[in-house]
Amino acid sequence: MIFLTLIRRDLTLALRRPGALALPVVFFVLVAALFPFAVGPDARLLARIAPGVVWVAALLASLLPIETLVAPDVADGSLDQIVVRGIALETWVAARLVAHWLGFAVPLLIALPVAAVLLGLPALGPLALALLLGTPALAALALLAASLTATLRGGGALAGLIVVPLALPVLIFGVAEGGGVAADGALKLLAASSLVLVALTPFAAGAALRAVD
Amino acid sequence: MPTPTVINTALLDVDGLAATRGGRTVFAGVGFTLVPGGALQVEGANGAGKSTLLRVLAGLLPAAAGTIANPFTTAFAGHDVALKPGPSLGDELAHWARLDGVDAAAVARAAVAFALTPLLGLPAGILSSGQRRRAALTRVAASGADLWLLDEPDAGLDAASHGLLATAIAAHRASGGLMVAVTHGDLGIADPQRLRL
Repeated sequence: MIFLTLIRRDLTLALRRPGALALPVVFFVLVAALFPFAVGPDARLLARIAPGVVWVAALLASLLPIETLVAPDVADGSLDQIVVRGIALETWVAARLVAHWLGFAVPLLIALPVAAVLLGLPALGPLALALLLGTPALAALALLAASLTATLRGGGALAGLIVVPLALPVLIFGVAEGGGVAADGALKLLAASSLVLVALTPFAAGAALRAVD
Repeated sequence: MPTPTVINTALLDVDGLAATRGGRTVFAGVGFTLVPGGALQVEGANGAGKSTLLRVLAGLLPAAAGTIANPFTTAFAGHDVALKPGPSLGDELAHWARLDGVDAAAVARAAVAFALTPLLGLPAGILSSGQRRRAALTRVAASGADLWLLDEPDAGLDAASHGLLATAIAAHRASGGLMVAVTHGDLGIADPQRLRL
């Protein structure tokens, strides 16, 4: 019950600031739009690199919300109020993970067709499925990095350095799936990476937040 | 004011408490006992560790030594008021009330006690610092918790609000509640225990 209350709270706050929700998505589309300019209008080349470009764009977009993910709740005392109520930080992190994933992945998937058109991506389905399975991992990594850097000034830049190396497996399996190469196995590994990160993040981030004082 | 559920034999018992911040001992050997209806006023110079003591009591910081026996449900109002700027004050208080498992009527009663009712429709971000302080106190009062931990609850309050705070604390104690407050001034509460750090 508390879990659902926390998710509802996060979603309500997120919907009050649609600009913050749109920012990563606009960034995602812009990165995708850069590539036709950067590599030239060779449709075959673009179609071949499109899944990789989409994944890199999604990874970069996932870094943008990090600074607003946890730090404001530490700074304004909200997290103190959670702890005083005896609510486990793990519960709070898990709720935020669900809300953050909904606010990050859903707009991203909606914008995916736009990026696909810009890149001349032949088939949308496999990549959309891969993003659906891989975005929980990206959301979890962003939340973990946000928790680790919550009390650091300018922690967002450091958080990027934490997320990018850890996201490599997700990127590798995601691109393999989106490109249609060895698709079945890659999809399962992608799902496994997401599951591991989603399962670990509440505990790792909870421990990080407990160390804050 | 919601009636706190009090176990008659219960005490808040703190013994030999010590806390460190950044490797430095802030205070040591702090002890007191508070019975239902009791109030403790913590006084001391800046940096004496008053806020640290309150955070240790609230379970937000670990104690370096000593024991805390706290059988009571606890509410905390710290320096940071934990209000998001966007939602209306009423929505903010309703959210915490849901987490506290109390109904809207408890929030409404607490809002009346702190004269916040006319402000419930306003975004929390446009409130003055005194109004935000009152909102944090309203959240404490609405929670129905037995033990109130208040960090400078009178900071930024005008004379009228001082009176409301004293009245609310008196009502809380009359119904068997306890309070530990950090203050530099006089909260206007009847015969408080005093602890000087």
